[in-house]
Amino acid sequence: MADSLKPTPLLVQHQQLKARMMGFGGWNMPVQYEGITVEHQSVRQKVGMFDISHMGKFLLQGDHLRQQLQPLVPSDLSQLEPGQAKYSVFLNEQAGIIDDLIFYFEGFTASGAEIGKLIVNASTTAKDKAWLLEHVSAEAIGFEDVSDALVLIAVQGPDAIATLQRFTPTELTTIRNYRHQSGTILAQPAWFARTGYTGEDGFEVMVDPETGKKLWQTLLDAGVTPCGLGARDTLRLEAAMALYGQDINDTTTPYEAGLGWLVNLDQGEFIGQDTLKKQKEEGPPRKLVGLEMQGRHIARHDYPILVNDQAVGIVTSGSFSPTLGKAIALAYVPTAYAKSGTEIMVLIRNKPQQATVAKKPFYRRPKP
Amino acid sequence: MSFEYPENLKYMDSHEYVRLEGDVATIGISAFAIDQLGDIVFIELPEVGDELSQGETMGNIESVKAVEDIYAPINGTVLECNTDIADSPEELAADPYGSGWLLKMKVSVSETIDQAMTASEYQAKVEG
Repeated sequence: MADSLKPTPLLVQHQQLKARMMGFGGWNMPVQYEGITVEHQSVRQKVGMFDISHMGKFLLQGDHLRQQLQPLVPSDLSQLEPGQAKYSVFLNEQAGIIDDLIFYFEGFTASGAEIGKLIVNASTTAKDKAWLLEHVSAEAIGFEDVSDALVLIAVQGPDAIATLQRFTPTELTTIRNYRHQSGTILAQPAWFARTGYTGEDGFEVMVDPETGKKLWQTLLDAGVTPCGLGARDTLRLEAAMALYGQDINDTTTPYEAGLGWLVNLDQGEFIGQDTLKKQKEEGPPRKLVGLEMQGRHIARHDYPILVNDQAVGIVTSGSFSPTLGKAIALAYVPTAYAKSGTEIMVLIRNKPQQATVAKKPFYRRPKP
Repeated sequence: MSFEYPENLKYMDSHEYVRLEGDVATIGISAFAIDQLGDIVFIELPEVGDELSQGETMGNIESVKAVEDIYAPINGTVLECNTDIADSPEELAADPYGSGWLLKMKVSVSETIDQAMTASEYQAKVEG
């Protein structure tokens, strides 16, 4: 029911645009404004913006912050420079993924304490907070949950940086990919991260709620297309980016999910390390692959994968790709069938439909 | 947003509309339902010659984010399917009651459509 959902600070803006709203992770979020396909294409061709204020936002500060967080992630945080970010995961003892996240290392205080931010998924914010504080003391990492307090707007597309640049003196082009910096926008404090969930270039901008409302309106007036969760899903799927709760969850390991690249087995002890070492030796039993449907039927979440009439796997995400003009999906299949080019069947409303294992990502943005 | 509900049509709970002219029923999906679905990407229709019973699933409409079954509103035999609209599903929203017709069925002239609503009854139901 809409009553128990949390509004983001931009709710009135979405209502003014007559957005279709839905509950997501406990928040009242816009799914679409003009239409998913139009919004999707705006991001691929020009610039679109997303209200992602629902994301979990943890401010952290403490002595040896990175060292304190290290046991919770399989990635090496020690080599991060101030202004650099790392996409990683929290793992449980079985190396199952508790959440995927980005850790932004900001730098040092005068006394040498480390400052950072953790951005996590909306649907897992409470779970992540509990997990984090179960393993590290809130005081030792200066933990502050600002999830409900700040606005986060993602501005994405080939024209995103040029558009944003009009409203900030911060030289955005000097902030490289997966880096971040504090600055100002519309003469108010802002934090810019060159990260995103669309496969396009752009920034995620964090500001206080009042500035957020002004920024949203300013960008609207500048011709930026407002985009909802519907387009966010089709864009990230084309870029083969995982959605927590669908493609990755507590039972999927990074090796199964194609996230082995973020694992560093030698960086010191971390939760789930033993399971990962074993999986590295033996190879994972299943893999998350990309699928391209041969016909026009769309493979969707939970549809079975059939090989020789046997159900051997499952679709985790699927939709119609506006950019490719065909149905695409992500699915777990036994490793034996994970090679690109393998033909498998997806059971769609009781009829098997042909699909081919495809290389990921389905879409890569053109080099400038 | 305001939708059209042509007076001369009958409407089903499951959002199909029917135009009954003698022994031919023209069937489609209401403007309201198409809007709810979002960007239509695929329409699956039955085969010409298929004999259908009222309430039987006879196809589906797929949008980017959802798929909905279409149900036969009346007993009869499929006479013709709109292959033009099946080839260009994105056109469905433009004219759901005209060029967006989905199929025609041959029905017995004594057929009535149980549970069919008038335009105003259907509008009241979906718009609340």
